[in-house]
Amino acid sequence: MATAAQADSGGIFSWLDRSHTVAKPGFSRWLVPPAALCVHLCIGQVYAFSVFNLPMTRLIGITESAPDDWKLTELGWIFSIAIVFLGLAAAFTGTWLDRVGPRKAMFTAALCFGGGFLISALGVHLHQLWLVYLGYGVLGGCGLGLGYISPVKTLITWFPDRPGMATGMAIMGFGGGAMIASPLSVWLMQQFATPTHVGVMETFIVLGLVYMFFMMMGAVIVRVPAKDWAPEGYVASSQPKKLVTTHHVHVDEALKTPQFYLLWGVLCLNVTAGIGVLGQASAMSQEMFPGQITALAAAGFVGLLSLFNMVGRFFWASASDFIGRRNTYMIFFALGMVLYAIVPWTGGIGSVALFVACYAVILSMYGGGFATIPAYLKDIFGTRYVGAIHGRLLTAWSAAGVFGPVLVNYIRQYQIDSGVPKADAYSVTMYIMAGLLLIGFMLNWFMTPVHEKHHMKPEDVDA
Amino acid sequence: MAEPKQKDDVSDANTVKLVLAWSFVGIPLLWGVYNTLTQAALLFK
Repeated sequence: MATAAQADSGGIFSWLDRSHTVAKPGFSRWLVPPAALCVHLCIGQVYAFSVFNLPMTRLIGITESAPDDWKLTELGWIFSIAIVFLGLAAAFTGTWLDRVGPRKAMFTAALCFGGGFLISALGVHLHQLWLVYLGYGVLGGCGLGLGYISPVKTLITWFPDRPGMATGMAIMGFGGGAMIASPLSVWLMQQFATPTHVGVMETFIVLGLVYMFFMMMGAVIVRVPAKDWAPEGYVASSQPKKLVTTHHVHVDEALKTPQFYLLWGVLCLNVTAGIGVLGQASAMSQEMFPGQITALAAAGFVGLLSLFNMVGRFFWASASDFIGRRNTYMIFFALGMVLYAIVPWTGGIGSVALFVACYAVILSMYGGGFATIPAYLKDIFGTRYVGAIHGRLLTAWSAAGVFGPVLVNYIRQYQIDSGVPKADAYSVTMYIMAGLLLIGFMLNWFMTPVHEKHHMKPEDVDA
Repeated sequence: MAEPKQKDDVSDANTVKLVLAWSFVGIPLLWGVYNTLTQAALLFK
């Protein structure tokens, strides 16, 4: 097994090595969250990629689609490929990241994500869709996955006293990234558009270079703590908590424990419940409140959900430091069940305010689920391989990304085909979501400490 | 007396770095939040 020391490369790239990122005395740990945010704010752009879809159907026709223009169905694959490669990269690069440290991982993620945009710009210029699939989808997706997991372990080791808050801050950036990318992309396309050109290629080039620079800044700022470093005045709790281990579990060994699969299910079900709604929020609000919520107001509703998704990441992950990870997920599932169950009722009584309030809380817990899981993994498996284990667990996100929208869309369509009015077509879906959350509640309920046979030996931990 | 002065220098340098680093990520984030709130306001009009 290669060790961290063996991973040092030397030469002009030696500044990327883990040994060159060890913080000197006096370094403020509060510089690490902005380093992580530099990466997460950029890769969060993926949620705003849809702003390019319509303009890319008019690359030849400019004002309207020409016969040779790309179709929306073809363009939809760009996002899907990126999400699949996000999951794959997170799952397969975790061990490498653990060896080489966060700076090299962030640097690589910047090259992949920024480079993906540049290749896509070439694809748009040559009107070759496969180049966009390869650029943003494959290369950009790898940048997404690697960038997502790269600061997690570093933050947890810098903030042993508040691991939830620390990772919550970074993962909040992923939620906020789309809020920046969406208006920025639209504005850039407006600047570059001419009567014979839609401006997508130039926007991709600018975004690619800006994101590469921004993420590189994160790589420059990030530091790992010196061995045995601890925050001033920090004393590890002398009273061990049942679900907070002081041992470490190897990433390969973690996959042999029931706890990994329980957490996989917990994340998958929590994400499924939120992601299906997120994709259909605009249509659902208009169909449940015909005449009350216009298309413009529905766009406002989607914006509000994005905001709660972002804020929930910081709020719930920080709260988990005080109330415990297991209890935090208990709240997600129990409160989520109640809220999903009363959503159809809010439609029935025509209360837009109550409907919006329910979904705002649901989406805050959706974001909170993402942000709290790294600290939960640290509690269960220890810090040594938490980044790599987190990467493997993110496959639950990919699965939920398929499962959630399919569940919402197909059940709605089935209801409408069966003669149910559009305003009531979401009721069954909401009750099914509540049922899924009940399963999630039970999985979380069964969580126990990892059996000691899976713990690493002390000499292996230091290797 | 050299040690406390050195400590102060480190602390001042850290403050500058912290302000710069948090501004670097905070300003774009606040701009994004402002845009989203402006859009969300449409829901209540």
